[in-house]
Amino acid sequence: MAQPLVKKDDDRDDEADYSPFLGIEKGAVLQEARVFNDPQLDPRRCSQVITKLLYLLNQGETFTKVEATEVFFAVTKLFQSKDIGLRRMVYVMIKELSPSADEVIIVTSSLMKDMTSKTDMYRANAIRVLCRITDGTLLTQIERYLKQAIVDKNPVVASAALVSGIHLLQTNPEIVKRWSNEVQEAVQSRAALVQFHALALLHQIRQNDRLAVNKLVSSLTKGSVRSPLAQCLLIRYTSQVIRESANNNQAGDRPFYDFLEGCLRHKAEMVIFEAARAITELNGVTSRELTPAITVLQLFLSSSKPVLRFAAVRTLNKVAMTHPMAVTNCNIDMESLISDQNRSIATLAITTLLKTGNESSVDRLMKQITNFMSDIADEFKIVVVEAIRSLCLKFPLKHRSLMNFLSNILREEGGFEYKKAIVDSIVILIRDIPEAKESGLLHLCEFIEDCEFTYLSTQILHFLGIEGPKTSDPSKYIRYIYNRVHLENATVRAGAVSTLAKFGAMVDTLKPRVFVLLRRCLFENDDEVRDRATLYINTLGGDGAVVETGEDVKEFLFGSLDIPLVNLENSLKNYEPSEESFDINSVPKEVKTQPLAEKKAPGKKPTGLGASPAGPPSTVDAYEKLLSSIPEFANFGKLFKSSAPVELTEAETEYAVNVVKHIFDGHVVFQYNCTNTIPEQLLENVTVIVDASEAEEFAEVASKPLRSLPYDSPGQTFVAFEKPEGVPAVGKFSNMLRFIVKEVDPSTGEAEDDGVEDEYQLEELEVVAADYMLKVGVSNFRNAWETMDADCERVDEYGLGPRESLAEAVNAVINLLGMQPCEGTEVVPNNSRSHTCLLSGVYIGNVKVLVRLQFGLDGPKDVAMKLAVRSEDEAVSDAIHEIVASG
Amino acid sequence: MESCPSIKNILLLDSEGNRVAVKYYSDEWPNNSVKEAFEKSLFSKTQKTNARTEAEIAMFESHIIVYKFVQDLHFFVTGAENENELILVTVLQGFFDAVGLLLRGTVDKKEALENLDLILLCLDEIVDGGIILETDANVIAGKVASHSIDAAAPLSEQTISQALATAREHLARSLLK
Repeated sequence: MAQPLVKKDDDRDDEADYSPFLGIEKGAVLQEARVFNDPQLDPRRCSQVITKLLYLLNQGETFTKVEATEVFFAVTKLFQSKDIGLRRMVYVMIKELSPSADEVIIVTSSLMKDMTSKTDMYRANAIRVLCRITDGTLLTQIERYLKQAIVDKNPVVASAALVSGIHLLQTNPEIVKRWSNEVQEAVQSRAALVQFHALALLHQIRQNDRLAVNKLVSSLTKGSVRSPLAQCLLIRYTSQVIRESANNNQAGDRPFYDFLEGCLRHKAEMVIFEAARAITELNGVTSRELTPAITVLQLFLSSSKPVLRFAAVRTLNKVAMTHPMAVTNCNIDMESLISDQNRSIATLAITTLLKTGNESSVDRLMKQITNFMSDIADEFKIVVVEAIRSLCLKFPLKHRSLMNFLSNILREEGGFEYKKAIVDSIVILIRDIPEAKESGLLHLCEFIEDCEFTYLSTQILHFLGIEGPKTSDPSKYIRYIYNRVHLENATVRAGAVSTLAKFGAMVDTLKPRVFVLLRRCLFENDDEVRDRATLYINTLGGDGAVVETGEDVKEFLFGSLDIPLVNLENSLKNYEPSEESFDINSVPKEVKTQPLAEKKAPGKKPTGLGASPAGPPSTVDAYEKLLSSIPEFANFGKLFKSSAPVELTEAETEYAVNVVKHIFDGHVVFQYNCTNTIPEQLLENVTVIVDASEAEEFAEVASKPLRSLPYDSPGQTFVAFEKPEGVPAVGKFSNMLRFIVKEVDPSTGEAEDDGVEDEYQLEELEVVAADYMLKVGVSNFRNAWETMDADCERVDEYGLGPRESLAEAVNAVINLLGMQPCEGTEVVPNNSRSHTCLLSGVYIGNVKVLVRLQFGLDGPKDVAMKLAVRSEDEAVSDAIHEIVASG
Repeated sequence: MESCPSIKNILLLDSEGNRVAVKYYSDEWPNNSVKEAFEKSLFSKTQKTNARTEAEIAMFESHIIVYKFVQDLHFFVTGAENENELILVTVLQGFFDAVGLLLRGTVDKKEALENLDLILLCLDEIVDGGIILETDANVIAGKVASHSIDAAAPLSEQTISQALATAREHLARSLLK
């Protein structure tokens, strides 16, 4: 048998000390594995060979498919041995090899035999191995044994079955869910770990059933949990229940708080800490609730165990963000942690102190921080920098010492992220604290003198161009900027040229000198830098004399481009050099709907640099802009509401189409967003033929076809309808996509000249009453309700018939009306027989509407509802009732 | 956080950062080179700290890592960023003490490699697929030790510590019942 040579582990060879695995080679070990086939097995020797194989795998060695199969088959022979130690190694080996499905069959019967063995260790391990390698079909065969094992009197066997159940729940949930009764029984087990595993599995089985989780928590918090780990789980589940029921009882005592507080007196530190952390993370936690948790965390701060100190200070650090006052009691303990051996603990202590400290302690703190800044990692330094930034915004009077600190650390060694954090902080301080501006700008100037990061240099130069000219003595910055033109790479040089030009444009007295400097740049090597210099010399005008710069030049230099950059890029790519010069006005300003649909990244930090920090415009603004740019729709008036996109095609069809309904006072515009998902096709002249025969009050007035729809670049076509003014007309529309399809050669990307007309059936679209309602919340429903004229109130009762649950009925009515639920009343507490829901909105014609819904269960399933509407117009109040009556 | 506490990996490295035995339970480290890089940088970050009397803790690449050193062996347990630190340290302590029992007090790299089968079984008994199986060092060591002897062999042929471990396991079982 030819064995591939294995390279030796060099590190190991160099070692002087003896290792039993010195010079081990895969090929040799695989040869040795032949002893598994001996008729007379030597358990000790076999165990050693398995250990060697496991050692190789553990060191990162891999077996080829053939090798793995060979080893696997050899290992299965070892089931003949009765030696317990060897069997144990066999189990581990099989798990490591993770055999394929057809190999699993070979060991199944051996493992099933072990699973029913009298030896506990066999049962426990065979279950773990079998569940690890099995698939769904085999699982049904062994299900019976697993259920028995869960309630086995040996805790090791029970735990093995339960833990395997937790893993299997990911792949075969329907089978594991059938074991609830057994798992429930195991939760009552007297063995600590069994209880822990059973609780974890039971919760995962029921996690989508809020009521069941609620029940589980209520019964267990009464005290039958022994294991600390299980108790920690219970605390987590309890906080989940608290969180989900938080909306219902804002006043009064929080349910289960007593349980959490009781856990603070548990004998296991793990449980105490879990409970303390759970309390600090409660939504809207009050300082009264916090106090006992803070007290135990404070005790942990002076523990001799680093892990406890770390856990406590990390939690207190988080609390300090929202409740700085609650943490101030710990400040003395916290200050002694600044010199903690463990740098993570020291950093957390410092940043906590920065958050809770008062103005008088700032200077002392800064001194302590400076001492330890040099020996912590960049990621911690960033944390400190951010803490100092917020501290400075809190105490603007201290800006001098804080700004000095920032500029000092800016000069020290550090990676990009760290330097960027410092620069961002300085920029933010310059923006928000006017007194800090001049010194801050000079710090930045000094920094770019010796900055290795191009990105930071250009950003700072840009920022200087905006802020520098507005200072009392702009001329002092010129030297720093012009130095960049000499000493930097082309990107930074180009940035510096632009900044110089900005000074020239804004500060008339400086213009002649800037002109001289710009002229020198005309002999640049780099095209971009030279072109910029030429451009600025020509636009600034005045031939270097002290004259005022024209407004349009300033606009050109400082104004923002109101064209989406993506569109500009596309247009430039499509532009073919010809007599006709490129016209920037030909670039479409329409924003593609695709990027709009993207969610904004959550929790993004505000960026300090960059020209326009304003976020992307809201969807409604974007739609409004888009529609008003189309002449056919320009006279429709103000856009009242745009719906969320409604899909008109199944996922993964040839053409993906969704529609947005734009509601105007007297018109409705359907915006069809189309995507062509076939690379071999180009669609042209795309329109949607709308049949409005089931929507009597609507009459088609205009349609804007899409000229061309290439593969994978979404486009829009529009159809507009007229409807009676101010009337919430409803109806159904059937849609047909019509277009000319042209074949595209995928290799060249060119389309054929001739196309074929084709049609594609889309799903129906409905305009419903909710489309005429804007979701607008009110801060105080009661006040708003009282101030509305009671004469416009309309009250009536409705039977909603049998419903799945009260919550389902409430949701149905909210969706039907399309209004904004207020004060969290859309959440229905479990088990309640009645519920009141408050809604608010703005109806078409800008009429404010408030709705008070009272639901009650009438019999087992029937839901009855009392609907009270108040609005600024009684006709609208009636209309709401009509919506409900017909819905 | 309502999930079950989970362990991402358990590492046992030597005094130069090389592997003695490691076990990963999370697929955040897709291949061996990523794992080795993680071990190397973790080792260099922690090697200067004094984790010999008490377990130490560090935040590292968005993980919480607890660790403890003895002789030329470095024990690590990694968990998620928001994990209860004290649960992680309980697992670490269980592993650490169990290895101590299994190696009969002589805890160093040489002894660990010579009894690598025990170390691997020990890892197998502490965590299964990221879920904590057992944290009590006596129970862990008992389970591992009882496997290394033939159940049929009379007690007199076992070494003292094996006999102790067996006895301990019997005791632990009877207490749990």
